[in-house]
Amino acid sequence: MHPAPSVIFFTTFSGLGYGLLFWLGIGMPTPTGWVAFVFFAIAYIMAVGGLLASTFHLGRPERAIKAFSQWRSSWLSREGICAVATLLIMAIYGAGLVFFGAEWTILGWLGAIGALLTVFTTSMIYAQLKTVPRWKHWTTPTLFLLLSIGGGALFSGNVKIAIPLFVIAGALQAFAWFHGDGRFNASGTTMETATGLGHIGKVRAFEPPHTGTNYLMKEFIHVVGRRHATQLRIVALVLGFVIPVILLLLGAKHVLGLLAVVSHVAGILALRWLFFAQAEHVVGLYYGKR
Amino acid sequence: MTTLPPPSAKKLGLVIDLDTCVGCHACVVSCKGWNTENYGAPLSDQNAYSGAASGTFLNRVHSYEVQPPILKDKPAAPAQLIHFPKSCLHCEDAPCVTVCPTGASYKRVEDGIVLVNEKDCIGCGLCAWACPYGARELDEKAGVMKKCTLCVDRIYNENLPEEDRQPACVRTCPSGARHFGDLGDETSDVSILVAERGGFDLMPEQGTKPTNKYLPPRPKDVEPEYDILAPYLEPIAEDGKGFVGWLDKALSALPGGAK
Repeated sequence: MHPAPSVIFFTTFSGLGYGLLFWLGIGMPTPTGWVAFVFFAIAYIMAVGGLLASTFHLGRPERAIKAFSQWRSSWLSREGICAVATLLIMAIYGAGLVFFGAEWTILGWLGAIGALLTVFTTSMIYAQLKTVPRWKHWTTPTLFLLLSIGGGALFSGNVKIAIPLFVIAGALQAFAWFHGDGRFNASGTTMETATGLGHIGKVRAFEPPHTGTNYLMKEFIHVVGRRHATQLRIVALVLGFVIPVILLLLGAKHVLGLLAVVSHVAGILALRWLFFAQAEHVVGLYYGKR
Repeated sequence: MTTLPPPSAKKLGLVIDLDTCVGCHACVVSCKGWNTENYGAPLSDQNAYSGAASGTFLNRVHSYEVQPPILKDKPAAPAQLIHFPKSCLHCEDAPCVTVCPTGASYKRVEDGIVLVNEKDCIGCGLCAWACPYGARELDEKAGVMKKCTLCVDRIYNENLPEEDRQPACVRTCPSGARHFGDLGDETSDVSILVAERGGFDLMPEQGTKPTNKYLPPRPKDVEPEYDILAPYLEPIAEDGKGFVGWLDKALSALPGGAK
């Protein structure tokens, strides 16, 4: 799949933003006044920034409002509704903390559940796709959720929770990569089933439909960046989990804490790049590619 | 509404004969022509006159080489070249429809045709991600998703002469490799064709239940052991006489000569 910067940026930062909103919602921590303002500002900049970035890959972003209508069938529509509802609820909850020093617990918990639902519905946009065997697996929503609440724990200063979450997330990510490498072959979709010509023999793409490229090839067959996948996986694990955990164990005071955040975000960006770049869509088979 | 309707009795679709398709791409051209000049946003091209040309097409023809396996006691049969037109299969369980967040994608209740209401499409591309066949292409210029309409603006169009009320690709195919009809009706010509020729689905394991069917290439003739012309081409003189006979023997006697 084409690793569009807008979608990488969106999944990374809205995941972190909603993760932070989750911890704020359940009252860990419960800041008030200016401190609360800073916490909520960071969460909203990441969550809203991510959502805005996601509209950049739309062909007709001016009609985005229509995407709230099909919640009965579409995970993308459900995600949009959860995202906006959570932002609205948490805005009221945040206003209580910032302006009145009041903790409206029920609203906070509602917002926290909304934040988790937002991340879950985001992950299901990918995990529902039978056409991308690497994504259609329980590790996809689990990792999205773990990374979101793990990153949120780091941003919200819940260091003792962030450390074990990072260890688990790192291990699960490594498993997801390892297991995902074999899922395309395990899916049973091949050039022979794609063309229905397997009863004759081995199928080879002889001539593509056009001499040039097309939307399908640009969107679904991304080969260039996969070359450095192993190195990038190591970089993602080290930056995303190993370094932050070491820094947090050393003591998460200001500079070290900031370094841990920067390292974690860089790691997640690398990991999300791989999430798209390494995902292979079955339509590539019609072109004799993956 | 992007939830799928219950399966319709009428299932309009195509039957594509891989045995007779000659790979001329006439269907590609007629499809692009009709669907650029008529319903919906035109199918745009990008950098059409440069080395990096690309564009939107609703129907593309691939070509595959299929190599029969090498069996123990026989030499490998020759590879077959099979031309393979591919467009929307108007699936019964169309995954492209249910993922649509806006309701722009829908499957028609009355005849099962899968369409995009371009006024509602936000161009998110998720339907193209969900389609295993590459049937949907986002038009770069219009920013909306384009797909085969089964020429819905031809097949019911009473302004056209009756023989033209079929998809442009079917109407134009010079080798009769494309057939249009109701695959929900077991007695229709296309259903009989599918039954008789062993029509199959593409990627059945994806669970999309495509309406369009493909007919397999017929097996190649087995080359006979003998040549029917052989009796007429037998060497007239097995043991040549005179100068030619001497020359034949003399050349055969040389090192490496033919016996």
